[in-house]
Amino acid sequence: MLANQNTQDLDIKPFPIVIVGHVDHGKSTLVGRLLHETGSLPQGKVEEIKAISDARGATFEWSFVLDAFQIERDQGITVDTTRIWFKSKSRDYVFIDAPGHKEFLKNMVTGAASADAAVLVVDVIEGVSEQTRRHAYLLQLLGIERVAVVMNKMDGVNWNEERFNEVADEVRIYLDELGLVIQQIVPISARDGDNLIALSGKGPWYSGLPLVDVLDQLPRPSLPDDQALRLPIQDIYRQGDKRYIVGRIESGRLRIGDQLHFYPGDVSARVVSFEGWNETTPQITATSGQSVAITIDEELFIERGHIAVSNTETQPIRTHALKLRLFWLAERSLKAGETLKLRIGLAQHDVCVESIDRIIDVETLGDNTGDHVARNGIAEITVRSRSRLVVDLYSDNPTTGRGVLIEDYRIVGGVVVVEDAIISGRNLTPVTHSVSQGERAAANGHDGGVLWLTGLSGSGKSTLAIQLERQLFDLGWQVFTLDGDNLRTGLGNDLGFDLDSRTENIRRASEVAKLMSEAGVVVIATFITPMKSDREMARSIIGHNFHEVFVDAGLETCEKRDPKGLYAKARAGEIPEFTGISSPYQPPENADLVLDTAVNSVSKSLEELRFFARQVLPVGTRKLQRAS
Amino acid sequence: MNNLDALEAESIYILREAVNKLKRPAMLWSIGKDSNVMVWLAKKAFLGRLPFPAMHLDTGKEFPETYAFRDQYAKQWGLNLIADDCPGIDQIDPSLPPNSRFAARKTAGLKQAIERYGFDGIIAGIRRDEQATRAKERVFSPRGENGKWDFKDQPPEFWDQYNVDFAPETHLRIHPLLHWTESDIWRYIRRENIPVVPLYYARDGKRYRSLGEEGITFPIESSASNIDEILEELASTRISERSGRSMDHDSEDAFERLRAEGYM
Repeated sequence: MLANQNTQDLDIKPFPIVIVGHVDHGKSTLVGRLLHETGSLPQGKVEEIKAISDARGATFEWSFVLDAFQIERDQGITVDTTRIWFKSKSRDYVFIDAPGHKEFLKNMVTGAASADAAVLVVDVIEGVSEQTRRHAYLLQLLGIERVAVVMNKMDGVNWNEERFNEVADEVRIYLDELGLVIQQIVPISARDGDNLIALSGKGPWYSGLPLVDVLDQLPRPSLPDDQALRLPIQDIYRQGDKRYIVGRIESGRLRIGDQLHFYPGDVSARVVSFEGWNETTPQITATSGQSVAITIDEELFIERGHIAVSNTETQPIRTHALKLRLFWLAERSLKAGETLKLRIGLAQHDVCVESIDRIIDVETLGDNTGDHVARNGIAEITVRSRSRLVVDLYSDNPTTGRGVLIEDYRIVGGVVVVEDAIISGRNLTPVTHSVSQGERAAANGHDGGVLWLTGLSGSGKSTLAIQLERQLFDLGWQVFTLDGDNLRTGLGNDLGFDLDSRTENIRRASEVAKLMSEAGVVVIATFITPMKSDREMARSIIGHNFHEVFVDAGLETCEKRDPKGLYAKARAGEIPEFTGISSPYQPPENADLVLDTAVNSVSKSLEELRFFARQVLPVGTRKLQRAS
Repeated sequence: MNNLDALEAESIYILREAVNKLKRPAMLWSIGKDSNVMVWLAKKAFLGRLPFPAMHLDTGKEFPETYAFRDQYAKQWGLNLIADDCPGIDQIDPSLPPNSRFAARKTAGLKQAIERYGFDGIIAGIRRDEQATRAKERVFSPRGENGKWDFKDQPPEFWDQYNVDFAPETHLRIHPLLHWTESDIWRYIRRENIPVVPLYYARDGKRYRSLGEEGITFPIESSASNIDEILEELASTRISERSGRSMDHDSEDAFERLRAEGYM
């Protein structure tokens, strides 16, 4: 390595280090002093700090360098996190000063989450305290792996080696148990500047390096370039007839020509181009951390919150329930049964807190049980979502395995994904079938799949379904019509017609349709499914075998036909919330097939439908074969 | 990715979040070096065209070079420019120290624009390394009624999960350059060849390091007449960037007071 390497010219990101620890253990003082010792403070800053200290009748306070707010200076505590740039002989740093007071844990998390390593400050006189432990626990939860520990205020114990060893052992045991790697434990006096830049000789028994040299040894975490591709979709832009999909690559790599698979839609397309402005050379690849705009070779329904992955790499978890590790930051306690918003990546879901599974005691690292998580508490919870969650385990892929809980206008907690609760939570172990779907398809001569017929009552869904069922059966197909009314007499006989019940009815129908299609059957499902969100749910449950068919006749025609006399009753006010009359029908925007049954005859529509079925369902059209 | 690429990618991500989440954002374009970088990043984020107006809070007291630059590049960059006059000094709280009072015209101009155009988000090019209270900012910073900054109780913000939801009658400040340093800005200007007002380059032994209004902004002693020399100067100087901005130095808490009331 060159002796005088100028990192500025190498254009390397400054190394972000967070300074954490219990309130009053000397974090801000340490940073202020370090900056002074290395000549990093602007001209006149020392004089300014002296004047500010004098005005408050205080002795010289290094912490005033960082504690910029009047309230911080007046009360002598750090309220909010701050950053300051620092240069050692070998590299550039950003120091993130985090408040130690438990009142401001949310601000500590705000600062610490963007660090690559931490300095844990421990007051050797007081020893390890509650916030020392809580901060260490949070570091590990936030994904930080390495910690340099400074044992501060050594002047206060006359540089006593025994006291140092006593507290150091306590720190070591705790951090080991959390799995945090200790780079070094350095005895210092921040106020006097001992052992920061050079060893001052005050504790001759200390044979390690001064703090700055310890920091210089902290390794940079590796980039997630080699992990599976994860590209959460941030937005869709349109310019003229071009459609750009934009987002930031959270992990992995992306090249022109790559086949992408999009969740939760379960659709695939190929990358055609990267788009930019004022680019000198056309871009052909991108890696983690880059914000990209791409075009693809298919017109697919994709929106913000969806995620693109590679067909050939590890697939994310798709589930409706997750076990999460949580740090709770709101004033009030969290209880089971509450509904909150969960944002993971760019997808937002309404989730219900199904259970609070354990509460972690940061003092002992043991488990407590309880029915609520108090402010600043750490716990494991199970959440359930009606929409499909597409995530990774935090241990597999941190950026897509972590998120926040939101209530009203505020982030109230951070979460990391521990496991898929559908599989693990109820001790379920799905069996692997001995007959594969491919074998079933080969035997039947067609794939299993679901033709989901949506449309107003009277649009012709059942008429078409019953006739198609006959025709396909006569061709030797395994086929079955799953009808809304039929299902409600059995599986759904406990459900009413309010919005929630309707959604639950669709959920059950989707699960049944999915099972049957997995068994190799072609399911013709006839459900009004007026809400876009319910059709999305059906699509997400059934997956790539879902084919949406919009049977479109227009309200006027349907009302004229009125085969069951329902419109007349609805107009007379006898049926509340009747779709098309007193409750809305949201027409599909991207149906796989649209049948205009107002204009076309039944036989024409039937022919179109049969043609479509024979196009999408024969052997070999499966879009995605999951390796099992 | 090198540092400038990483900074650029992060800023683009923030700008795209702002545009997705806000109904009516506007970008503050002070015509200074940082806000030119911000416009440039927005052109990259949105493939050449800014999907929001660029707003210059005009006190009528900018340098002539600043006005010339504004008029030239508003056209060249295809900006939807809003440049309304800020309310006069007579409408500003007379208890403020003189330089702060002058600067507070911009705060008043901003409030006026928010009312006039119904903006729900203001994109501003402040940086953490400029000033100690800015160092404590959030990327998405919710502002209460009248644009006030409740710095004693800022919401948590981590893992790039921003506070994008906000109560009615309030708005958001979005800070896409918060994580950049002064040197980063100059290195990026050099790399991308972004035009800046010539006052930044030394003439007769002086240059402006930070550009504000005439009368409350002063040049520093410098011989740096190009970007390379500016970067060299920054690597060795111990004078702070805003030393020539007299409004910061009226009293210990002058800038904190300005910012709490809604200054950028």
